[in-house]
Amino acid sequence: MKTGASPHVTQDLAGFREVQRLAYACAEAVAAQLVPGMTERDAARLQREWLRRRGVRDWFHLPFAWFGDRTAFTGFRVPTQFFPSGRRLAPGMPFVLDLAPVYRGFTADVGYSGCLGPDPLHARMLDDLLDHRDLVLRGVRERRPLRTVYEDVDRLMMRQGYANRHRAYPFGVIAHKVGRVRDRRWSPRVLGFGTQALKGLASDALHGHREGWSPLWSPYRFSDHPPTPGLWAVEPHLGFRGTGVKFEELLVVTDSRDPEESAFWLDDDLPHVRRRRAGGREAQRDGQKGTGR
Amino acid sequence: MNAFGAEHGGTEFDGTKRGGTELDGARERRVRSAGVELCVAELGDPADPTVVLLHGYPDSKEVWAPVAQRLQERFHVVLYDVRGCGRSTAPSPLRGGFTLEKLTGDFLAVVDAVSPDAPVHLVGHDWGSVQGWEFTTVRRTEGRVASFTSISGPSLDHFGHWIKERAARPTPRRAAQLLGQGARSWYVYALHTPVLPEAAWRGPLGRRWPDVLERSEKVPKGPYPTASLPTDAAHGAWLYRDNVRERTRRPRPDAYAHAPVQLITPTGDAFLSARLYDGLERWAPGLVRRTVRAGHWVPRTRPGQLADWITEFVGRQADGPSAVPVRRPLPGTGKARPERYAQRFAGRLVLVTGAASGIGQATAFAFAEAGARIVAVDRDAEGAARTAELARLLGAPGAWAECVDVSDEAAMEKLAARTAEAHGVVDVLVNNAGIGVAGPFLDTPPEAWRKTLDVNLWGVLHGCRLFGRQMAERGEGGHIVNTASAAAFQPSRTLSAYSTSKAAVLMLSECLRAELGDRDIGVTAVCPGIVATGITSATLFTGVPEEEQRRLRERTTRLYGRRDYPPERVADAILRAVHDDLPVVPVTPEAHGLRLLARFAPRLRRAVARAEPRL
Repeated sequence: MKTGASPHVTQDLAGFREVQRLAYACAEAVAAQLVPGMTERDAARLQREWLRRRGVRDWFHLPFAWFGDRTAFTGFRVPTQFFPSGRRLAPGMPFVLDLAPVYRGFTADVGYSGCLGPDPLHARMLDDLLDHRDLVLRGVRERRPLRTVYEDVDRLMMRQGYANRHRAYPFGVIAHKVGRVRDRRWSPRVLGFGTQALKGLASDALHGHREGWSPLWSPYRFSDHPPTPGLWAVEPHLGFRGTGVKFEELLVVTDSRDPEESAFWLDDDLPHVRRRRAGGREAQRDGQKGTGR
Repeated sequence: MNAFGAEHGGTEFDGTKRGGTELDGARERRVRSAGVELCVAELGDPADPTVVLLHGYPDSKEVWAPVAQRLQERFHVVLYDVRGCGRSTAPSPLRGGFTLEKLTGDFLAVVDAVSPDAPVHLVGHDWGSVQGWEFTTVRRTEGRVASFTSISGPSLDHFGHWIKERAARPTPRRAAQLLGQGARSWYVYALHTPVLPEAAWRGPLGRRWPDVLERSEKVPKGPYPTASLPTDAAHGAWLYRDNVRERTRRPRPDAYAHAPVQLITPTGDAFLSARLYDGLERWAPGLVRRTVRAGHWVPRTRPGQLADWITEFVGRQADGPSAVPVRRPLPGTGKARPERYAQRFAGRLVLVTGAASGIGQATAFAFAEAGARIVAVDRDAEGAARTAELARLLGAPGAWAECVDVSDEAAMEKLAARTAEAHGVVDVLVNNAGIGVAGPFLDTPPEAWRKTLDVNLWGVLHGCRLFGRQMAERGEGGHIVNTASAAAFQPSRTLSAYSTSKAAVLMLSECLRAELGDRDIGVTAVCPGIVATGITSATLFTGVPEEEQRRLRERTTRLYGRRDYPPERVADAILRAVHDDLPVVPVTPEAHGLRLLARFAPRLRRAVARAEPRL
């Protein structure tokens, strides 16, 4: 994998878009199959099988599923807690699916939030989450240092009354780079992560270390640099007292001088964006009426 | 049994009783039931749902007066003197005249008279509650009870099973529970001795009873207990003799409630252990539990709180479950604590200052999650509105935002008046608003001092003064939480203004606690320590240029962020402090450490104070 800072990445955009759509289709299909009593492991297995049937053989990471207050990472201390557990789904529970298939050498990493039954709070959080989608894009187009954009996101979450839960991710990252992965017949995994993809990330980290940038977008000093061209899987994650919501999708960063072209979301036809277009805020306001306050 | 021996007993006090002084505007009638004549009082509009209030031992219906006054606006309130008490007549002979079967007959006679068409909502205290359990679990009354609120009185059948289970398999814990309740029940054995209890009640005990109540339970003196007390108590002894031994020895195996039950447990009850209600869900599915920090006589000491819970519970039955805000599943599965808070704070009014962000916001959310009503106060109107909105989404039955600067005396006065007018007296006040100021003393201009003290100290003072007075005047207890700081224990060369203001808050809280303790108002000083909140991004660093100021803010914000101690945990400590009435609560490990240092190593503490932090 060479995510590289080179503009030739754009030629591959169609491939990345295809696998991202495939991943979101998988998330939506599995979300529709979720019923009370299922465990996180069941949900992860459903995602894995769905994608395998469609030809996915390698992964950036194996699919995750979090149910209930695990969506907000309450009490997460060690990395093993990220792995799907035996937590069972109950009516009204929020859930998050996170999957990163590699398909024909292209990587996607997507996150999908849902709730088993209507919940006005969950709907409200999804709406507020989309503000971060705009904020991140604005910050990157302005070429602000990634660490500063991270802090802007952090501040907005605080102002919204939520907690920043991607702080619990490895290195507290809000995003990481993805790129092409060479198709191999055999693709081993380490701790749920595909070795090919990890290798790419490691080589990026090495290059970055020499050139003064990092493939991990974190609150730390190593992210104190302007956005580097390439594909970033951005995953802001809101937590609020036992409920968590996140999306994850690919942001394309180029070295173009035109702001519009310098950064854009790979695809605007995704479930969480469609939700806003369908008038998420109105739907959520109607939902509030039903809670009998 | 005699059918016409009714004239004996209760009526003899008619002349001396100050009848009606407490139950103003009550319509009285007399209802005959199997050999006795019961004195029934009604308040409110008979077209409203009927709530029947049943008194305990050794009371008469007047014990309910303050609750009844509050309920009559919305309900048709019915009270009656149990046979042998107040102005009802006593059976003759007394022995065998007080069995629960006969009391059930009385209840049905009263209900048929006051609400022939609709089932009634029943509320019982002490023996009234014991009777209520009987009425809610026997077949005879099925369809006549719409709901039951039980206060300080278990079902004798459940009690019998409770004893049997513990006696059959006495693990150390169960044996302790058994012995504990056994010791609390001393008066039950005493009442089984013949003649003596009657003599005591008619003699010195009866005369001194009002003093006893005032001293042990802070029951305000007044027209209660009524003059009929010695006779009521003497007759009532037969309630115990006729029922307790019989029922606890041979409890009914099918004592299942056929109406929804709400259980209100006073945690300071000297006569009943809270453990008695363990596993009560088995007998009353869908049981709603509430706890209140008070003694046994809650109808006198917490009438407002009882009236609120009764109104809410009865309303829920009337409007159907859909009218109730859905309680969100509490985070942290398997933890008993959130449920404990919900039992205690549901429906209570909580006012939080500085609620737009940080600790104040997290506290408002934690109370909202427990089902409390929230008033979110902040200078930042938008942030306060946001907190109120999310609090509602979390399950608060009501949440309102107020834009007030706590240092503004007039504005705070208006806020207190407005809140009392619109939502009632605040049950829990959290004085949390505060600002950060850092810098050496010699570089701190008087303006910065004034601002710090205005917000951090005067803000708390105004809150305590205005809302504390309202709480004291209401006389139903309450709690005040003041957010101090770990800086209140630990001097520092760079935090002179901030530490001074927070130390003053700590001392104020402790003084206030001493003063308000008599009125059941708890006061807590919370000392959080280093917590990731917005305070650092607005901290005023004195004696440095503007550019340096910004750098320092960013730097401390990052440091606090790296420390990453979430405000939610402070909020949790605040709820625990209110629940358990704790005086001073350090939260983070460093706050605990500094407190220990202040206590046991004052020289080391002074050395730490001299250290200059590198920022």
